[in-house]
Amino acid sequence: MPKPHGGKLINRSIKKELSETADLPKLGININLSEDIINISNGVFSPLEGFLHNNDLENVLNEKRLTDDTPWTIPVLLDFNKQDINEVKEGDTILLTNKENGVLALLDIDEIFTYDKKTLAQTVYGTQDTTHPGVANVYNMKQLLLGGKITLLDSRTRKFDEYNLSPKETRILFKEKGWKEIVAFQTRNPPHIGHEYVQKTALTFVDGILINPIIGKKKSGDFRDEVILSSYETLIKHYYLKERAVMSILRTSMKYAGPREAIHHAIMRKNFGCTHFIVGRDHAGVGNYYGPYDAHDIFSEFPDLGIIPVFFRSFSRCTKCGSVVNDKICPHDQKYHINFSGKKIRELLQNGEIPSEDMMRKEVAETILKFDKPFVE
Amino acid sequence: MTEGKDGKKYTTISIPTPLAEKIKKRIEGTGFTSLSSYVTYVLREVISGMEEESEEAFSKEDEEKVKERLRALGYLD
Repeated sequence: MPKPHGGKLINRSIKKELSETADLPKLGININLSEDIINISNGVFSPLEGFLHNNDLENVLNEKRLTDDTPWTIPVLLDFNKQDINEVKEGDTILLTNKENGVLALLDIDEIFTYDKKTLAQTVYGTQDTTHPGVANVYNMKQLLLGGKITLLDSRTRKFDEYNLSPKETRILFKEKGWKEIVAFQTRNPPHIGHEYVQKTALTFVDGILINPIIGKKKSGDFRDEVILSSYETLIKHYYLKERAVMSILRTSMKYAGPREAIHHAIMRKNFGCTHFIVGRDHAGVGNYYGPYDAHDIFSEFPDLGIIPVFFRSFSRCTKCGSVVNDKICPHDQKYHINFSGKKIRELLQNGEIPSEDMMRKEVAETILKFDKPFVE
Repeated sequence: MTEGKDGKKYTTISIPTPLAEKIKKRIEGTGFTSLSSYVTYVLREVISGMEEESEEAFSKEDEEKVKERLRALGYLD
């Protein structure tokens, strides 16, 4: 099992009498920042112990590394407006709160600093186009940034917690299962046959697979979280060896930063104890902002990442081969290839129809159709 | 890169000139833009390869607690 990123699994969570924090200045934060706090506190973002300082931010932007040379590609930042909180200064401790997930955390402010939104957007997303959702988020950020360590004091029990394993838990789980090499698969959709092909191809060469759906904010038309989880449970039950596949969720917001985010996704899975990470075509991409294999190419910049990327190019069903193929293994003309169209599968399901078994397992489709409303409205 | 005591982000390392020449030839037409970027890449690779596998330092009590939760959730038999 790989060491956690940076060498140590971070734990920034303590139980403290909340009365001790009563006098601290409070800053209300949004759900995404509060998820970042949980991910810092339980080690998903190891080696981060808090929100980035200015020198780390600059290094992440310019070098794709923290100041200690550890690979890191996505800035984890805490933004605020002066008017959000009464007079705070460097050296102060404040309380961060979020009502949705009940996060209460201390922040030891090391640094208060300004930043340039254009540079941030251009460097992380490769564009300043505000129709890019990540860029839009940057432009909606507040004036200033707070850098410093956090300590999580409390958070609320939530829906899907039974699927929510921390890095410490997955590491102990893998050890108990006797898995030494583990491949992680990230998803935001129910599985079709193409996904299963990718997962099983990778699984063939390792001991186990961690299916790791990203749960959280969705846009209209997306599959609801419970649909994704149920459909994977069905797939695992019918088509995987129980001792070879595990599913747990990851609560984090998608940034759509393409190649940089692919590295970030790999780092999180390394912290879960995975040795390999599946990277598909246009991983974490949106629109046409990135080349289809930019998220593959970027891995060559990180010989010291500590997790092995498993690259998959596009794959389809070849009617001539009678199986799922990719461009490296099938000699037949494109006319024999049927692409796995998420859009088409979605349309069929929206009409209450079961897609062909060439596209999606019948049991998976039936599981999805059991939901009155499988899609976010 | 951690800044040195002198505040510099980079430092100079001497390698034999013939080796430097060989490397320069070797990296022609590759993605490496300089001798330094190649040497940095190789050293990062070497150093990370020397990292030992994880020997988790979870306490026995901690580990038992986690296993209990994993059993309750059906992850472990």
